[in-house]
Amino acid sequence: MSVINKIRKEILENYLFSEDESELNNDESFLEYGIIDSTGVLELIFFLEEEFSIEVKDREMIPENLDSVTNLVNYLKAKGIE
Amino acid sequence: MTNSATSPDVEAVQRMASELRHRGPDSLNIKCFPGVALAHTRLSIIDLKTGNQPIANEDKSIWVILNGEIYNYIELRKELVAKGHIFTTKSDTEVIVHLYEEYGDDFVIQLNGQFAIALCDRRNKRVLLIRDRVGIAPLFYTQNESGLMFASEVKSLLTTFKSSPTMNINALDQIFTFWSPVSPNTIFKDVYEISPGQMLVINYHEQGIEVQKSTYWDWNFPVNSDFCSLDESSSATKLKELLIDAVNIRLRSDVPVGAYLSGGLDSSAIAALINNYTDNQLRTFSIEFEEEGFDESNYQNLFRENLNTEHSSIRCANEDISSNFLKTIWHTESPILRTSPVPMQMLSGLVNEQNYKVVFTGEGADEVLGGYDIFKETKIRKFWSRFPNSKVRPLLLRKLYPYLNMSQGDAYLKLFFGQGLDTPERFSFSHLTRWSSTSQCKEFFSDDVKSSINQNALDTFQATLPKDFERWNYFNKAQYIEAKTLMDGYLLCSQGDRMLMSNSVEGRFPFLDHNVIEFANTLHPKLKMKGLNEKYLLKQAMSNELNKNIIGRYKQPYRAPNIQAFFGSDRKDYVHELLSESSIEKAGYFHSGKVNRLLKKIDKGRAIGNKDNMALVGILSTQAWHRHFIDNFQTHFKGTRRQEVCL
Repeated sequence: MSVINKIRKEILENYLFSEDESELNNDESFLEYGIIDSTGVLELIFFLEEEFSIEVKDREMIPENLDSVTNLVNYLKAKGIE
Repeated sequence: MTNSATSPDVEAVQRMASELRHRGPDSLNIKCFPGVALAHTRLSIIDLKTGNQPIANEDKSIWVILNGEIYNYIELRKELVAKGHIFTTKSDTEVIVHLYEEYGDDFVIQLNGQFAIALCDRRNKRVLLIRDRVGIAPLFYTQNESGLMFASEVKSLLTTFKSSPTMNINALDQIFTFWSPVSPNTIFKDVYEISPGQMLVINYHEQGIEVQKSTYWDWNFPVNSDFCSLDESSSATKLKELLIDAVNIRLRSDVPVGAYLSGGLDSSAIAALINNYTDNQLRTFSIEFEEEGFDESNYQNLFRENLNTEHSSIRCANEDISSNFLKTIWHTESPILRTSPVPMQMLSGLVNEQNYKVVFTGEGADEVLGGYDIFKETKIRKFWSRFPNSKVRPLLLRKLYPYLNMSQGDAYLKLFFGQGLDTPERFSFSHLTRWSSTSQCKEFFSDDVKSSINQNALDTFQATLPKDFERWNYFNKAQYIEAKTLMDGYLLCSQGDRMLMSNSVEGRFPFLDHNVIEFANTLHPKLKMKGLNEKYLLKQAMSNELNKNIIGRYKQPYRAPNIQAFFGSDRKDYVHELLSESSIEKAGYFHSGKVNRLLKKIDKGRAIGNKDNMALVGILSTQAWHRHFIDNFQTHFKGTRRQEVCL
């Protein structure tokens, strides 16, 4: 499964609790649309570290890296995961 | 109540009263007149011998029933006797009829207590339904073609329903925003509460009944920063005096009185005042948790050792929460988003087992004296809103929520807590982040529920705000909102009275004495929270009474295990039944596919966030509510057993 599909599956299943692909727009802000709350970011980081065997550093915990499917894909790409 | 030409249906009144025996197991009495019936289930606390109700005035033209206590009845009685009134009992209830004779509807402002009152003035054919200032004692009503029915709990009213009740969907939306419905709404369609500090006047005549509502008290704060001029030391002294009075007057009882001990500042302060300033032999009760993160027994023990109290505690394991959850929802009569009421019900059970009927609690101190994290959060966000681009100001939030250090960078702080920062004048400024976070659980609502919601929860609440609200200090606005949402509808109700009374125990709340509230409301907010030091003035007032470790400890909010209580090694069948696809779809409130995915996430051990925890408890409690009051309506409420009744 591609990186983008893995991320979409994770967000749809575990944050939107849905299988409806149309519920998730790749550029939608997770925070703005209420998809992820303050403790949800912690869950998301656990997922990234486990699924892609990376370490998310404190300075990387910024919305520009984590707050949408597109941002996550770009962030992982910069870490060498495609 | 019906029109004055009709005699009430006594059997219907008996059925209503029989649902309330847990609130008053000691006696049950009913009095009927043309147009009106009064029924009272009694928990005998003051005047055990002659205090049965209803109680009448001298010529039996005025009758009253009271759930609760009038603490200043001794002083009121003296005044009334001096004015020539003749008393036939020694109870606190009797002062009500004589006060009404003397002062009319305004009598209520003289009462210091917690009360739900129904007073019938037969001569003038009017009934008053009155609820105490802050909403300690519950009081509900419903109206249909038969008349107007009122009761301390909704289940009593349901006995008069011809068919199964339905849910007030807007109230569900409000619960999934504020944790409680906006008063006077309840989760039951066509059932309302008398709001705290309000009175319903019902005139009944041959043609029918007319209902009028009025407010006799509300939380009020100085406008335009016109705060009390007392200095810090004098304010602390005055606060302590008022608290000692509030404790003393609440010790009036003909049965022994105990106190809850959480290990926190508030309950410890009350217990210390009882111990140090009254002759009452202190008897304390506490709850311990098997899960370490929730347990406060170290602090409870520290306090007990200092005061040498006779103490009982009960230990709550995760499986206790799942075992007791259905019973809890039967008594909350409402969906809840946290399991915290369940251990409180276990605790009142312990009090009952030890043959105590009355306990003091520290509830109310956080609202009255500025203790909650949300007030700190508001203060920081207000400070931040003056310079929204500041990188340093939002970092104060880390002092408040230490977990933020681990999980999020600075930019996230700004996104989470920066909501509404550009509109600090908006009424919702203090609570917007909490309400947004809670509202995420609405994602689980079914399409039918989403399309049935036709009121915006925030607009509905905003419409209830008093006219001076806009002129109050931002801190006082946050206090008001907290008192009117979480305290009224959840802490005093679902987690308070309903859990206490389910085991026939009365709670007493010195911090909610109206003299304490009215004084505290005049204080400058900086005395309530100095810097980010919460309940600063209370700590000053109690500095000679309490161990420094209690005063200085980091405030731990009372919480109980949520998801882990239902999905550990011992899983109850009812959890699977209520959350099954068929049950979810039959009830119709939630999206079965989404619920199913939440359950899968829980099974994988991945559900750790606030949203998942609140959603699970909210969904499960709503399903339990549906089973109790809708699915089982015919079998329970239409087959209610009769009780022996003294007519």
